[in-house]
Amino acid sequence: MKRAEHLVTNLGHQSLVQFHLDYIQFLGEQSQWVSERPGFASDDWLLKSYEYMVLNRVFDQKAIALQRTGQLGTFPSSLGQEAFGVAIGMALQKDDVFVPYYRDQGAHFLRGHKMEDLLLYWGGDERGSAAGPKQDFPVCVPIATQITHAAGAAAALKIKGQQQVAMVTIGDGGTSKGDFFESLNVAGVWQLPLIVLVNNNQYAISVPREMQCGAGTLAQKAIGAGVHGVQVDGNDVMAIYQAILEARQRADDHKGATLIEVMTYRLADHTTADDASRYRSSQEVKEAWLKEPIKRLQSLLFDLKLWDSEKEKTLQAQCTDKVDNAVKNYLNTEPQSPQSMFDYLYSEWPENMNEQLDILGDKVERMDNHH
Amino acid sequence: MTVAKNLDESENVDAVLLDAVNLALHYEMARDESVVVLGEDIGSNGGVFRATAGLKDKFGFKRVMDTPLAEALISGMAIGMASQGLKPVAEIQFMGFIFPAFEHLFCHAGRMRNRTRGRMTCPMVLRAPFGGGIHAPEHHSESTEALIAHIPGIRVVIPSSPARAYGLLLSAIRDPDPVVFLEPKRIYRGAQQLIQNNGQALPLDKCFTLREGKDISLISWGASISETLQAADVLAQKNISAEVIDVATIKPLDMRTILSSVATTGRCVIVHEAARSFSVGSEISAQVSEKCFLNLLAPVQRVTGFDTHMPYFKNENYYLPSAQDIVASALKTFKES
Ligand SMILES: Cc1ncc(C[n+]2csc(CCOP(=O)(O)OP(=O)(O)O)c2C)c(N)n1
Repeated sequence: MKRAEHLVTNLGHQSLVQFHLDYIQFLGEQSQWVSERPGFASDDWLLKSYEYMVLNRVFDQKAIALQRTGQLGTFPSSLGQEAFGVAIGMALQKDDVFVPYYRDQGAHFLRGHKMEDLLLYWGGDERGSAAGPKQDFPVCVPIATQITHAAGAAAALKIKGQQQVAMVTIGDGGTSKGDFFESLNVAGVWQLPLIVLVNNNQYAISVPREMQCGAGTLAQKAIGAGVHGVQVDGNDVMAIYQAILEARQRADDHKGATLIEVMTYRLADHTTADDASRYRSSQEVKEAWLKEPIKRLQSLLFDLKLWDSEKEKTLQAQCTDKVDNAVKNYLNTEPQSPQSMFDYLYSEWPENMNEQLDILGDKVERMDNHH
Repeated sequence: MTVAKNLDESENVDAVLLDAVNLALHYEMARDESVVVLGEDIGSNGGVFRATAGLKDKFGFKRVMDTPLAEALISGMAIGMASQGLKPVAEIQFMGFIFPAFEHLFCHAGRMRNRTRGRMTCPMVLRAPFGGGIHAPEHHSESTEALIAHIPGIRVVIPSSPARAYGLLLSAIRDPDPVVFLEPKRIYRGAQQLIQNNGQALPLDKCFTLREGKDISLISWGASISETLQAADVLAQKNISAEVIDVATIKPLDMRTILSSVATTGRCVIVHEAARSFSVGSEISAQVSEKCFLNLLAPVQRVTGFDTHMPYFKNENYYLPSAQDIVASALKTFKES
C-alpha cells in the first residue's frame, strides 16, 4: 500500500476537547480506608449491607447445589459480585423503576422479592416473575434489551414529572450491543433520569472484557453519548452506593443520566451450564478471591468492632435457615396446570383458541394414561 | 464428545449430531480457505455446546473469530464478509437471540442478489441451535423456523441426524446464497451414526424419505423426527405402514416429494414443535389440500406446539409433540375416512 508522503500528522490541529473520568473507592484491597468514611455508611448501613451480601452468597451456593441435583434449571451465580446487587438494592427507593438483567439476586432480595420466587423462575416456572413492585421489570435474559426498556421507563418518569429514577443493570458483554449505545444516546440527548449500572465482571461467558471493547474503560462510553460516566470498585459496596447517590442527585437536578461501570470479578462459572476452566486460569481466579467484596467488608466490620466470630456464626446459620426455608417452599410449590400456558396470553380468553385448549386436553389425558 | 481431537483426519467416525457439525466445519475450513467462522464464545471456548471445538487451534484466530456480544453485528458482518469473497459461517448462540439478525436477513442477506441483479451475492451460513426439551431457561427453547422461512431469498435447513447434519451443513456452506442452518439441540447428543468424513454433501431443497410406507405419510423435521419414527413403529404394530419424510430444507420446500407420498398414502400427519398457526405445517397442509385434495382419504392432521409462549421447562412436555400424540392423530385419519 502506498503511504502518503510528507504527511505531517498534526498539521492544522488544535486542541478540541478533553475528557476526564473518575474512579470511586473507599475501601482498599486490604480493607484499609483510602478515602474518608462516607456519611451514609453508618454502622447499621454497613451491617445491613454485609448481611444481605452473605445471604446472597448462601442463596447462590444453595441454588447451585439444587441445580447439580436436578432440582433447579441453569442458574447464574453472582459469586464475587454480591456488592453490586446489594448496593443497588440498598439505593433503590420504593417508587424507582428497577430494570434488572439476570444476575441481581442481592438487589431482588432487598426489593422484597422472595427467594422462592427466584427459585421458581430458574426452576422453569413462570410464577417466579409474578410478584414484586408493580413498576419493576422481571429478570431479562436477551442481553441488553432491558436497557432500552429502562430508557423508556425513564422517559415516562420524566414525561409524568415524577422525581424517581430508572435503574438498569447490564453485563460488560451487554455493552457491546446496539441497544446499549442507543439507550445511552437517547438518555444523553433527552437528559433522562436513568442510572445504568454495568456489572463488569470481566467476562461474557468465555469472552474476556478486553476482547469485548477496545476502549480502556467501559465508563468512557458515556462520553460519546453525552452522559456522565464513572468507574467504581465493585468489591467496595460503599463505592457503588456513593456513585448511585451522585447519579440520583444528578437526575434530580435535571442533569440527566449516569453510566456507572462497576469493576467486579465473576468468581463462579458463567452459569451452571458453563465450565470456566476451559478459558481462564485458576491462578487468575485465585488472585481475584483476594479482592472479593464480602471478605473486604467483613474485615472492616471487625476493625470497627462491629463484628466477631460469634456474630458471624449466627448470621451464617440465619441465612442458611432462610434459604432452606425458601427451598422447602419452592420444592413444595404445586405445579401449574398445563392449561396455564394459555392463561396470560391476552387480557381476555380468546374464544378462537378453544380448539387448542381441547387439543391440549387430549394430550394431557394421553400423558396421564401413558404414565 | 469425541471430536476436536483428530477426527477430521480419519475417514469413518462414529458421531452424534454435534460431532457431525464440528466435523463438517473442520472439513470445509480445511478444504476451502475462504470459509471463516464467527460468533459468541465460538473460539477459545469452542461454542457453548462445543460445536466449534478445536477450530481456533487448527485454523487460527483470523478464521475463527470470537466476536463482541452483538447479534446484529454478527449477521451484518457476515454479509460484509460474504460480499468480499469470504464464506462466513456465523453462529447465533441460541435461536432465541436471532432477532437482532432479522433486519440483516430480511433487508440485506435475502435480497442482495435480487437488488444488484446478481452483482453482489451473499454466500453465508447462520447456524443456531433451536428447539425445546433440554430444560433450558426462558428464550432457549423456541422453534421459530417459520418466521425465517417467511423471508424471501433465505434458505432454511434443519438436519435431523448426524449424517444429515454433516452433509447438509457442507451443502449450506458451499451454497452461493444465504442459509439459516438450525440445529435441533435436543438431539445434539442423541444417537451416534457412522459418518464418512469425506466431504460428501447432501442435496439441499430435498426431503429425505426415512422410511417407506403405503398407508400414511408422517412429515416432520428436526428433533421431532425421533418421535415421528417412534410413532411409525407403534403404527406398524397396528399393521399401519407409515412413510416418514424428513423435510430437511424448510425453504424452498420440496413439495414434490411430499405430494407424491401423500398421493400414494392418502393420509398425512405433519409434526412440528413450533407454534401451530402460520407455521411451516400450515404451509404444507395448504399445499397438500390445494394439490392433492382428491387423493386424500382423510383431512390432513397437524401435531404441533401451541399458539402460546413456549412454557418454561417445568411444563415444556405439555407443549412438545410426543409419539403418542402423533399416533393418536394418525389413527384419527383412519376413523374419519
Ligand atoms: C442477545 C443475547 N445473545 C446471547 C445470549 C447468550 N448469553 C447469555 S449470557 C451471555 C454473556 C453475557 O455476558 P455479560 O453481559 O458480560 O454478563 P454476565 O453474564 O457476565 O453477567 C450470553 C452471550 C443472550 N442471553 N442474549
